[in-house]
Amino acid sequence: MSEAAVMDAETRIVKDATCTFCGCVCDDMELTVVGKRITKAKNACVLGKAWFLNHHIEEHAVATIEGKPATLEEGVERAAQILANARYPIVYGLSDTTCEAQRVAVSIADRVGACVDTTTSVCHGPSGMAFQGVGEVTCTLGEVKNRADLVIFWGGNPAESHPRHWTRYSLMPKGLFVPNGRKGRTAVLVDVRKSKSAAAADIFWQIKPRKDFEVLWALRALVKGVEIDPAIEQETGISLAQMQDLVQRMKSCKFGIIFFGMGLSMTRGKHMNVEAALSLARDLNDYTRFYAKPVRGHGNVTGADNVVAWQTGYPFGVSLGRGYPRFNPGEFTTSDTLARGEADAGLIIASDPAGNFSQPAREHLKKIPYIALDPHESETTRGATVHFCTATYGINTPGTVYRMDDVPIPLRPAFDSPFPSDETVLRAIEKRVRELLRERLTN
Amino acid sequence: MSLVKIANGTVYDPTNNIDGVVQDIWIQDGKIVAPPTATDVRPDRTLDATGLVVMAGGVDMHAHIAGPKVNLARKMRPEDKRLAPPVRRTPNTRSGTVGSVPSTFATGYLYAGMGYTTVFDAAIPPLAARHAHEEFGDTPIIDKGFFLLFGNNHYVLNQIAANEPERLKAFVGWMLHAAKAYAVKVVNPGGIEVWKGGGDNVHSLDESVEHFNVTPRQIITSLTQTAMDLGLPHPVHIHCNNLGLPGNWNTTLATMQALEGRRAHLTHIQFHSYGGGLGEQSQFCSKTTELADYVNAHPNLTVDVGQVLFGETTSMTGDGPLGYYLHKVTGRKWTNADTEMEAGCGIVPITYREKSFVHALQWAIGLEWYLLVNDPWRIAMSTDHPNGGSFLAYPEIIQLLMDRTYRQEVLKRVPPRVLECSVLKDLDREYSLYEIAIITRAAPARMLGLKHKGHLGIGADGDVAIYTPNANKLDMFALPRYVLKGGVVIVEQGEIREELFGRTLYAATSYDDGVLPDIQKWFEEYYTIQFNNYPVDEHYMTNGSTAVACSNR
Amino acid sequence: MDDIFILIPGRTSRQGTTLNEGKLKADFIEETQTLFMCPDDMTRRGVVDGERVRIRSEFGQVELTCKAAKTGELPPGLLFLPYGDPSSRLMGGETHCTGMPDSKGMDVQLEKLL
Ligand code: SF4
Ligand SMILES: [Zn+2]
Repeated sequence: MSEAAVMDAETRIVKDATCTFCGCVCDDMELTVVGKRITKAKNACVLGKAWFLNHHIEEHAVATIEGKPATLEEGVERAAQILANARYPIVYGLSDTTCEAQRVAVSIADRVGACVDTTTSVCHGPSGMAFQGVGEVTCTLGEVKNRADLVIFWGGNPAESHPRHWTRYSLMPKGLFVPNGRKGRTAVLVDVRKSKSAAAADIFWQIKPRKDFEVLWALRALVKGVEIDPAIEQETGISLAQMQDLVQRMKSCKFGIIFFGMGLSMTRGKHMNVEAALSLARDLNDYTRFYAKPVRGHGNVTGADNVVAWQTGYPFGVSLGRGYPRFNPGEFTTSDTLARGEADAGLIIASDPAGNFSQPAREHLKKIPYIALDPHESETTRGATVHFCTATYGINTPGTVYRMDDVPIPLRPAFDSPFPSDETVLRAIEKRVRELLRERLTN
Repeated sequence: MSLVKIANGTVYDPTNNIDGVVQDIWIQDGKIVAPPTATDVRPDRTLDATGLVVMAGGVDMHAHIAGPKVNLARKMRPEDKRLAPPVRRTPNTRSGTVGSVPSTFATGYLYAGMGYTTVFDAAIPPLAARHAHEEFGDTPIIDKGFFLLFGNNHYVLNQIAANEPERLKAFVGWMLHAAKAYAVKVVNPGGIEVWKGGGDNVHSLDESVEHFNVTPRQIITSLTQTAMDLGLPHPVHIHCNNLGLPGNWNTTLATMQALEGRRAHLTHIQFHSYGGGLGEQSQFCSKTTELADYVNAHPNLTVDVGQVLFGETTSMTGDGPLGYYLHKVTGRKWTNADTEMEAGCGIVPITYREKSFVHALQWAIGLEWYLLVNDPWRIAMSTDHPNGGSFLAYPEIIQLLMDRTYRQEVLKRVPPRVLECSVLKDLDREYSLYEIAIITRAAPARMLGLKHKGHLGIGADGDVAIYTPNANKLDMFALPRYVLKGGVVIVEQGEIREELFGRTLYAATSYDDGVLPDIQKWFEEYYTIQFNNYPVDEHYMTNGSTAVACSNR
Repeated sequence: MDDIFILIPGRTSRQGTTLNEGKLKADFIEETQTLFMCPDDMTRRGVVDGERVRIRSEFGQVELTCKAAKTGELPPGLLFLPYGDPSSRLMGGETHCTGMPDSKGMDVQLEKLL
């Protein structure tokens, strides 16, 4: 058979598929699927293309226990034993899996009395705390597309981290009240680094590192008519005149928005930086409509916040150790429970703390038994007591993902995987954990 | 096959005109059945209800329990949960948090623990319908559904302006189907679009909404007619313009008049019954008498109250400008969340204080409504949970309605000016158990068009609440002796015995799909998700669903 | 020699695309071990493109390959490193009650490797 004939026989097109690589969660993918490979991802950006085209089913045992291949059942048994016997287990990760899987993971955490935390705590967790402090004036991305005439990016580099944010949502699209698209909008970028995003901005402010709060607070003051010392320029790198100009634009636009990145949430000051941004946007509503939104990273980190919040009442950093949910960032968040050497077992879903946590956290993780669910190998899966090789969400499994603006989107998988979904593995663990806990009660 | 007998209880079943009659109730496979004629039939379980009060499970027709707004409020308010005792994990049940916005599992358990078995969320933006269904999947025991926001939807406004009623009808039918929603909700018609467009609000029924050239009056009448034409089980559910503002009773009356005899439900009417100049606190007073007179004279109208209770709660509404107003009044943190093409949302913590004249008057106005609407079949109990207070306050409201001495005692504690500005002190009506059964289950079920809910007749769902009589009605209704869901005993003396999941209720609408290409064209121009990814399919209703028939017209 | 730089780890396009090839693959490892530096600073510190440097924070140290940033991208004193294993090794475990370690804007020292 010629290669063309093979193509014909096996080529399928999947329309309206969703890329879950970044928080943009673009659901307009048109995938060309040949057998168990995606050969084309129409509409995807470079990151999306890498996400789809690099996806292949790896040769791997469905489960490994201490590095040795095992059956799914053996893996589940060992995982359930670890969790049911732990005194201070943690459940962590969750941002790169479906809500369906996240729901089961939180259930397991509840049953075994774990701390449940998501990668939110190390991306926009502080933004969540700021939201708890002052609230948030926010909207779905379509509001930006249809109405925004002033778009400010602060502490982020969307050109490289969220490549389609501008074209799909925030700068380029023509919208109901912005019929001229990009021409109808003013784009501002504020960052410490003149990143690739700067080229797209009409106004670029390169502020001094760790001065975001000062600049935001000064803008708030100016909005409120408070005088600012021109020495602010030495402090922040931005002149009073520049600030006055931006304040004027902010007050007189019809719809303004600040999209803030991890430049605010990861730099010291963290939630205070974000509170300043949220407060600035809120205050501007005395003059016009003004919004502020975090630009969320992983595909379904927003879903993780939602699921943890609806099941426990708190968005991340939740301890179920006392038999009911308690929230305390810094205490129950995973960076801390590991770095302080408290956790004694872990269930890690679709994330890599062994590869991206602080040194003391990594060292403690090495010492405790833990289970990792991940389609790919990582430092974390390598060190796991039990590793389940799972199907990739969105490419191999259906389910639900929340875009960075809380809009829930269904997934349309391209092809089946020989590996089980996260949800399937977690359900099996949950079932076995419940059996073990019940046995313990009756003994 | 399971057969349950509730033996010898004192039954209050207003739908079937049963007022305190001692009789047995039989439930087979989840439904109420006639007592078996053969004498040798042995039930699988018998509950001895001798001396106990037996009612159908409660029906809450207007609460906020799921979806984006509720979940934002959960995320925003950790402090609210710290004050409230949590729901603890048991071998059979999940843990949760309470406060004014309980987590999903807690919501299911707490409603069921109070004898409520059916609850509707009153305001879901269509784009977030999938989210609401996902939360429902984690909300145990109760049956539930939601109302879909239409009053500021751009396609709706466009069809009204273009005078295209058929297209409007097809769109509404399609949307309800796509979202798997139960009813048409209108929130501050036109006002939210004005707010989102940079204005402040609309203030009367005849102000034009910029860009769209429609008025609130047109939106109300068109959507009311559309809901009727679709034969929806529940008529249009209206949150009027100007919620919470002094002098808004004029708008409320004008809205009632604008309906011109069409069937409609006006929700949390308490918040819409204020006298005084628009925006003027000083002349704030009750206009319940005037509005209740109108309702009494117009059988096309039903209301729920939106009772305010003293304490800490969270205001959450699809009414964006109202959120801003409350933020300005209270100075507290504020969330606003707008949904493209569809809706708005505002969330603000609020503390209703007994010693505040305004708050105490709001409290009194709610009670006036219960006492001034003559026909209990046309008024449903609600706190607009959590807006006026938590649903957990229903037993307290029952006590206020059944016990005028208790009511007068509370009235003694509020600022004296409240007595001058309301007629509450002169109302000595007391509700009977039969009337309580009406406003907490039979009437809301009837208003919702749920033939299998709110009563204990043959064929009804086996959802039953059994209470221990007590002079203290708060205690009586806060802690049922038993609660059954679909014939299964799920609560005994406040403890959840079994965790099961109720079904999702939605309206089985039909629509002319000839309009789909036009909707799709509009959709693809303005939305940011794919048209095909918008509708919610059945698999989100993991615990089963019931499509409630529309009447064919 | 001991002047303090501020290090900003962050995403890059290549960090994102190579992540999809695998975190343990050569391309991702190379990208996340490439330190971007202001050309003036490089001259001042006598580092040329492609040379190895050691970056040391209060909490850890890593060895990286130095690369000149585009003109104007980084002001003097600011370093950029694509997120990955090395950037994380410089973080401390303390989160100041936020759950978030100081992950951007870290004080570091730079030393040319001979
Ligand atoms: S912007 Fe993000 S979601 Fe969209 S295609 Fe690129 S990587 Fe995927
Ligand atoms: Zn409501």
